[in-house]
Amino acid sequence: MAEPIAKDIPADATPNVSEVEVVDAATEEEAVVALDAPVERGEPILQVRNLVKHFPLTQGIVIKRQIGAVKAVDGVSFDLHQGETLGIVGESGCGKSTVAKLLMNLERATSGEVFYKGQDITKLSGRALKAVRRNIQMIFQDPYTSLNPRMTVGDIVGEPYEIHPEVAPKGDRRRKVQELLDVVGLNPEHINRYPHQFSGGQRQRIGIARGLALNPEVIICDEPVSALDVSVQAQVINLMEQLQDEFNLSYIFIAHDLSIVRHISDRVGVMYLGRMAEIGSDEQIYEHPTHPYTQALLSAVPVPDPEAREQRERIILTGDVPSPANPPSGCRFRTRCWKAQDKCSEEVPLLAIPERFKGADTPAAHESACHFAEEKDVVHA
Amino acid sequence: MTIIEDAVPAPRGSDEETAPLLEVRDLHVEFHTREGVAKAVNGVNYTVSAGETLAVLGESGSGKSVTAQAVMGILDMPPARIPRGEILFRGQDMLKMSREERRKIRGAQIAMIFQDALSALNPVLTVGYQLGEMFRVHNGMSRKDAKARSIELMDRVKIPAAAARVNDYPHQFSGGMRQRIMIAMALALEPDLIIADEPTTALDVTVQAQVMDLLAELQREYQMGLILITHDLGVVADVADKIAVMYAGRIVETAPVHELYKRPAHPYTRGLLDSIPRLDQKGQELYAIKGLPPNLLHIPAGCAFNARCPKAQDICREKVPALFPVTEPDGTELPGRGSACHFWKETIHG
Repeated sequence: MAEPIAKDIPADATPNVSEVEVVDAATEEEAVVALDAPVERGEPILQVRNLVKHFPLTQGIVIKRQIGAVKAVDGVSFDLHQGETLGIVGESGCGKSTVAKLLMNLERATSGEVFYKGQDITKLSGRALKAVRRNIQMIFQDPYTSLNPRMTVGDIVGEPYEIHPEVAPKGDRRRKVQELLDVVGLNPEHINRYPHQFSGGQRQRIGIARGLALNPEVIICDEPVSALDVSVQAQVINLMEQLQDEFNLSYIFIAHDLSIVRHISDRVGVMYLGRMAEIGSDEQIYEHPTHPYTQALLSAVPVPDPEAREQRERIILTGDVPSPANPPSGCRFRTRCWKAQDKCSEEVPLLAIPERFKGADTPAAHESACHFAEEKDVVHA
Repeated sequence: MTIIEDAVPAPRGSDEETAPLLEVRDLHVEFHTREGVAKAVNGVNYTVSAGETLAVLGESGSGKSVTAQAVMGILDMPPARIPRGEILFRGQDMLKMSREERRKIRGAQIAMIFQDALSALNPVLTVGYQLGEMFRVHNGMSRKDAKARSIELMDRVKIPAAAARVNDYPHQFSGGMRQRIMIAMALALEPDLIIADEPTTALDVTVQAQVMDLLAELQREYQMGLILITHDLGVVADVADKIAVMYAGRIVETAPVHELYKRPAHPYTRGLLDSIPRLDQKGQELYAIKGLPPNLLHIPAGCAFNARCPKAQDICREKVPALFPVTEPDGTELPGRGSACHFWKETIHG
């Protein structure tokens, strides 16, 4: 069963296993030292370079032929700095969750690199990968399906210690788990309860406690509050901010709720169809967006204030997001863009500071992947 | 005098302009479960007139969808039970109607749009068949005529190349297009009232804006009443005329849309509005309503919000607050406003 699937993966994505093992053995000592080294606040802790993930589309049952690929992530680059929160926004299907999985190495990248403290983790496996994963943890979207209903809270939160026993010796684990429950605002007495005995917000706290168990440095949060009720969302957001200060965490915060992303993020990246459309500080993106997609996205967000609403310009995009299996040539947004010209279908716009803003001391001078980048204040217009 | 007064209701009712299309009076719904009786709706009152949009806002478990299902007549009974209440549609109590009478109203006069279009549509039938079913069943049209009408409808909701896509299956459409098909189906028989239960929750923001615009446009055109059920304060602000905020099966505040956002008169509404991240609060802690919504099996005595309320006093733990009419400090009435809080004066006037 596994073999025919393996054949479909391009050769460069599946390096010879024995080769990797050899490399690991040689660098492991070094790697462990490097991983423990502290990173100065503001220095990049995670560097993503040209990350690509193509899921093969196959035809045939016995003899599988690759007939195409879903280009879920197609050349994404960004840095995550120590102690900061990088928000990633975009519509469903834009590849933001695939990026999260690639950063965790839950999916193998087709090409590209993810450097954690200078070490490329996309090629790691075995013990070296395990060591890296201890420092990069994940919080999932749905607190109902991401917790095993047959395990107690104590088992769920303590499970990371089974995999990384060096973090907590066996006799100490129960106390550690209770401490964690206390940190996330749950009653430590509830250690023997099962997930169904908790509400949605409390379950998300359990997920956060599990993410914290190994004292990671980076936490990847994939839509951590979108399944929660409005009145509970704020509680969880506050908890996450408080934990960030307390444990000096760096967050990658993936969400589609733009107001929450703005509240929690220091920098924000906007993704569209597998590519980064625009990236900059929260102020640059929200107040001075230069990419038409960002502008449309911001203007479409319903604002809970009827008066501000009426003063705003709204850009309503036509049509839907094209299929990532067959993305448009050139700029991927051009099929829905009101500024699109011939150049947009011929030339892929690079993610860079637009020429016209280069060197200028303006908030519009941030990276934007558009040939005709210009400022348009949609939030206050 | 009294004799004349008794005769008065008639002119009111006959006044087509002002008579509400739908009036829900003191509606109670409970569910009998193994653990006990869950009181999902505990005395809800609201009215919707033609051409008006009422938004029902609430968190999960607040009873907003159950109320709508009761109006639509699609509650599973048992386990649900309606021990008390009236649902008047054009002055007639639908709860007293026979199955057959209700069936004639459902679809033809009151239609519903569901949240998840993919599970609301039948995956093994073409969308044309499912749309045409409305005409075949209710109007006895032939297959051919029904299909022609389906194409017309798909055009109305701006599905591109409708004639070519009428024989496609639901999975061949995108989320936004599927929701348009749901809207087309609800509009098919030109109902007087549409109930939209979280119509855009499953959609992305850019598509959400398209769908809400379409819905508002069609509503204006047909002068339908619209009940919009949602948990999203932003969506409500866009389209609603008036809002009813629900909490634990009761309406805790009613207000015209602009008023509610400017001056909430219930601590729960205020808490919801305050917990939305705002620009000037960047880097600060968000306001959060403490605690959790109550378990419907054990709704606390008095005001259901008392355990989470910063203003709660002894009276809140003892007495259920009625929906008090809200007035200006000088006693001027504020039309359409009500708050089920013993301390509404303090809440709205600071």
